[in-house]
Amino acid sequence: MFGDYSLGDLGSIFVMQGFAGLILFSVYVLMALGLAIIFGQMGVINMAHGEFMILGAYVTWMTSNFFQAYLPSLFSGYFFLAMILAFVASGALGMLVEWVLIRHLYKRPLDTLLATWGLSLMLQQAYRSVFGAREVGVELPQWMLGSLHVTDSIEVPINGVFVMCLTLLITISVAYVMYKSRWGRQVRAVVQNRIMAGAVGINTEKVDRYTYGLGCGIAGVAGSAFTMIGSTGPTSGQLYIVDTFLVVVFGGAASLLGTIASAFSISQTQSTLEFFMSGSMAKVLTLLAVVGILMLRPQGLFALKVRK
Amino acid sequence: MSDEETKGLLSPLRRKLLMGIAAVPAITMLPRASFAQTPATSAINTTGLAVTDTEVTVGILHSATGTMAISETGSIEAEKLAIEQINAAGGVLGRKIKFIQEDGASDWPTFAEKAKKLLVNDKVAAIMGCWTSASRKAVLPVVEQYNGMLYYPTFYEGLEQSKNVIYTGQEATQQILAGLNWIAKEKGAKSFFFVGSDYIWPRTSNKIARKHVENVLKGKVVGEEYYPLGNTQFNSVINKIKLTKPDVIFTDVVGGSNVAFYKQLKAAGIDLSKQALLTISVTEDEIDGIGGENIAGAYACMKYFQSLDNPNNKAFVPAFKKMWGEKTVIGDVTQAAYLGPWLWKLTVEKAGSFDVDKIAAASPGVEFKGAPEGYVRIHENHHLWSKTRVGRAKLDGQFELIYETADLVEPDPFPKGYQ
Repeated sequence: MFGDYSLGDLGSIFVMQGFAGLILFSVYVLMALGLAIIFGQMGVINMAHGEFMILGAYVTWMTSNFFQAYLPSLFSGYFFLAMILAFVASGALGMLVEWVLIRHLYKRPLDTLLATWGLSLMLQQAYRSVFGAREVGVELPQWMLGSLHVTDSIEVPINGVFVMCLTLLITISVAYVMYKSRWGRQVRAVVQNRIMAGAVGINTEKVDRYTYGLGCGIAGVAGSAFTMIGSTGPTSGQLYIVDTFLVVVFGGAASLLGTIASAFSISQTQSTLEFFMSGSMAKVLTLLAVVGILMLRPQGLFALKVRK
Repeated sequence: MSDEETKGLLSPLRRKLLMGIAAVPAITMLPRASFAQTPATSAINTTGLAVTDTEVTVGILHSATGTMAISETGSIEAEKLAIEQINAAGGVLGRKIKFIQEDGASDWPTFAEKAKKLLVNDKVAAIMGCWTSASRKAVLPVVEQYNGMLYYPTFYEGLEQSKNVIYTGQEATQQILAGLNWIAKEKGAKSFFFVGSDYIWPRTSNKIARKHVENVLKGKVVGEEYYPLGNTQFNSVINKIKLTKPDVIFTDVVGGSNVAFYKQLKAAGIDLSKQALLTISVTEDEIDGIGGENIAGAYACMKYFQSLDNPNNKAFVPAFKKMWGEKTVIGDVTQAAYLGPWLWKLTVEKAGSFDVDKIAAASPGVEFKGAPEGYVRIHENHHLWSKTRVGRAKLDGQFELIYETADLVEPDPFPKGYQ
């Protein structure tokens, strides 16, 4: 298949394809991080993860509209404020949901699947009633559109670079919070042994609530960032949920490092295969490989001790 | 109602008058005026449909919830507008149309169940509904078994024909061939790259397009790629497009994937004012989500654009916005959905009966001069004769009409040489 192309063409395509893989990797990490915290650390199967992301997207849309109407001069920078607001909104909703719904189900983790699935349906209908059934278009500032012109045949999409930087930033922050801060130590203590953690004076309920809120908040930021590359509609969250679970489960539930490793291997496999065959077939082969590996290694790539 | 009166009601001028200035008096006066001539219910309804001396019931069956609500909302709105306008103009055979709306909930078995409910319990005289081919395929055996009448609005892949269905959207050859001919002639296009979502409509459409490109236009298809429904990452296919440098990118990506595809195309530095792109799946509705700045310059081929400049459309667009809000946009399928109730009314009046068998038999040849897309006529195969148009997307999310076929294009659901 390469016979018809010059060496220069091929070189630049491999560079761009490598880049496409890296962007896919960043997208996977970003959407899976929130779930990795909730599913990995708390054992809650959060089927409403996609809807928390879309809440972030809608917040971004509203912020964009607000800036266009009232502060057009600051429009070029609205996206940063929108991401913070998305984090706050999704995080707050997450904490509310934890308080109303999830905390009653910690002893029945499988029931969280059903409960959060119901929640996702309710949220979808709520978005539909509030924002309308049609998709909304989020307008982006000019500097975030288009691509960086490297050479004549190599162009790097700006939104891809943006997502990569954001992913890096959030991953480092999460790693810091989880492994360096006092609160992160409490979270890990609760994960390892809830009763003992409580006995040494950790307020486990509070830790749970904030952990769930953090996971949902990160989902909100991811949703906000994805307005650059995807659609914003009541059911758009469903587009991400399968890939997200795939990444988290494949990586090994309780491990952040596993999530990253799994996002990397899945995205690279996917984008390499996509280059040689049609997108649908690439997906099928990727899924087959994941299923095969999970059969041999059911605990995922990296397994830590999980809550009993 | 005499023939002359029927014709009078159909003329666009009269219709506009009734809709606009005289809507209120028309509601109160017309039925009374025509009451004496209203045919007896027993004569025009021999099969026990829900027809009384003053009312006739039809069903609206679309997804108001679930994934497809994004697309089907416009169709529901258009059908309600048409029904309201028909009632304001005196109804059908002197009877007001009452509608029962059922929610297919984006779930195909639910569509079948609700269609059965409408036909068996509610005895509706016709169903306006379905959107995806999957929902139509689920409903088809039901309308055939219980002898109902379905008016189906979406452009679709063809390869189907039923006595019990009127297809008010275009089938694939009608939509695609004229667009390909135009772009081959206008842009001298020889090489094409196909990108589609992975299900029956894009696959069938691309099959037809490929045969046409290879056999008729003597061009070359340099790539044909499918992505799962809902896919949001298109960077790999965009790289392949860059590598193969096709004259035309031909796309039938649908739903949320559409938004991702055009955003990423733009981000990858593909300038649609230089790279020709022809789509058969983006209407004004989709651009709302994609954003005009991401798709400006792309060509779409279908039969209707909101910007069409003809008297029917100039009355239709404001009426639609008045009913559903200034910001709503009207895409190809929405307009086709609007045709459903009108075609049914005209057919009933031609047949002089609500009986489904008589309507099915009377359908071929029924003309609707007031269609926003311009004159349409029902073919013997229950599809519509219609023009095909090419529009160019603008920044504001509307299309600029670039080309339209001189004559109506004949619907050909079973195209020879394209299967």
